[in-house]
Amino acid sequence: MSRPGTGYIAGIYEHPTRKADGKSLALLHAEVAKGALEDAGLSKDDIDGYFCAGDVAGWDARGTGPFSMIDYLGLKLRYLDSTESWGSSYLVHVAHATQAIAAGKCRVALITLAGRPRAEGFGTGTAVATDGLTAAEAQFELPYGPTVVNTYAMCAMRHMHEYGTTSEQLAWIKVAASHHAQHNPHAMLRDVVTVSDVVNSPLIADPLHRLDCCVISDGGGALIVTGPEIAKSLKHPPVKVIGAGYAPKHQMGGRIDLTYSGARWSGPQAFGEAGVTPADIQYASIYDSFTITVLITLEDLGFCEKGKGGAFVADGNLIAGVGKLPFNTDGGGLCNNHPSNRGGMTKVIESVRQLRGIAHPKVQVPGCGLALVHGTGGALGTRHGSATLILERE
Amino acid sequence: MARERAITSPVPFPETEPYWAAAKQGKLLLKRCAACGAYHFYPRMLCPFCFCADTEWREATGEGTIYSFSVMRRADIPYAIAYVTLAEGPTMMTNIVDGDLDRIRIGQRVRLVFKPAENGQPVPMFTPV
Repeated sequence: MSRPGTGYIAGIYEHPTRKADGKSLALLHAEVAKGALEDAGLSKDDIDGYFCAGDVAGWDARGTGPFSMIDYLGLKLRYLDSTESWGSSYLVHVAHATQAIAAGKCRVALITLAGRPRAEGFGTGTAVATDGLTAAEAQFELPYGPTVVNTYAMCAMRHMHEYGTTSEQLAWIKVAASHHAQHNPHAMLRDVVTVSDVVNSPLIADPLHRLDCCVISDGGGALIVTGPEIAKSLKHPPVKVIGAGYAPKHQMGGRIDLTYSGARWSGPQAFGEAGVTPADIQYASIYDSFTITVLITLEDLGFCEKGKGGAFVADGNLIAGVGKLPFNTDGGGLCNNHPSNRGGMTKVIESVRQLRGIAHPKVQVPGCGLALVHGTGGALGTRHGSATLILERE
Repeated sequence: MARERAITSPVPFPETEPYWAAAKQGKLLLKRCAACGAYHFYPRMLCPFCFCADTEWREATGEGTIYSFSVMRRADIPYAIAYVTLAEGPTMMTNIVDGDLDRIRIGQRVRLVFKPAENGQPVPMFTPV
């Protein structure tokens, strides 16, 4: 998917806001773009490629779409990619930017994400969709009240049935995220929680409890991707994209299997391209819309056998400084933020922090040189796009 | 009498009208491919397995088992969404109705029933046998 060694993440920025009452969506995109440019030490006029997804301001403007955003930002481009893969879009954009740079189509790529679902009071996880009626499945699904949470919940329910996974094991994922979030001053939920806290929080959709679900937040983030010459001329340690994989998964004509995700296919692509194995990974950012998302993803990526995810995540195995696979050291979507209901961007950002060695000292993985990022866009229980990146510090 | 959850009215496509017309007669129609012989769900005019355009409507027996489910607790009226595997093979999204939400189990045998959507259109659902 990418050309290994041709793309570097040279700039990162995470918006500190978690509730953006006084700001438009367009402004949030502009602020994260400016932040990433400053981090990289580049200027707006250096950008010649722009990557955005369905969260961009103007996406719903007929006949305008991403052009509206480019106009607002004042960009002069020779490359535009608006690949939409929901929360995994930004990982796909990193891979596409790497390809575009390798092909000489652009030199400095900007990727932005922003959203304000919290300011807008959107019932992210529990609202039944009422739009999207041109989707062929809508008439066969909307009468049944599918929401984000109850479709993920059906994956958890089936996983428990087939493999004996327990609510307590799922809870460990939230516990690990909370241990990390206590060190992040921007995190929405900074209190350390216990397994008991999670399993005793109210059921939202069986078997998922309130604390199995990610936060709803405003905010955003941005990335700058460049080729090796530019990346190595800048102030930060170069972070190289050495592997990328992508795979959508759907209902397959009714041959539904909820126990795995598209990561089963995107992971091997990324590992194969990078020439590394799960055992080599020192840090992982795993999209954590819900605890079950993490568990199924870890299995599919090969960090443990299928069905053994419950045992793998238990007993603090995902906690930095405690377990074997530190994950989401910013607190992730479960505790930190989930801007625009799309978690892929912040997953990339925290991985780059780890590889630069600038994560919070309490959660920094010593000598972190190899990280994996995984995004799940859409819904695990119906249709989604899985994207995997493997990043290396040079 | 307990209040019933409002069921969103399905918006048919021209080519799926027979499915919803049959539902008004108390029948669940499935699509079967004449070329590869496979049933699929939701119904398409082109088989999603072999892409043959020769698909035919067949009436389902209405028997199935629960593949997975979740009781939506955070709702004005809690309800059970489910995937039910039909006797013919495909698994479809549905609701489990007319039973105790706390007694629903994966693997449970269920049978077809219909519940009216907001516009009166009967919608196929399942109830424990």
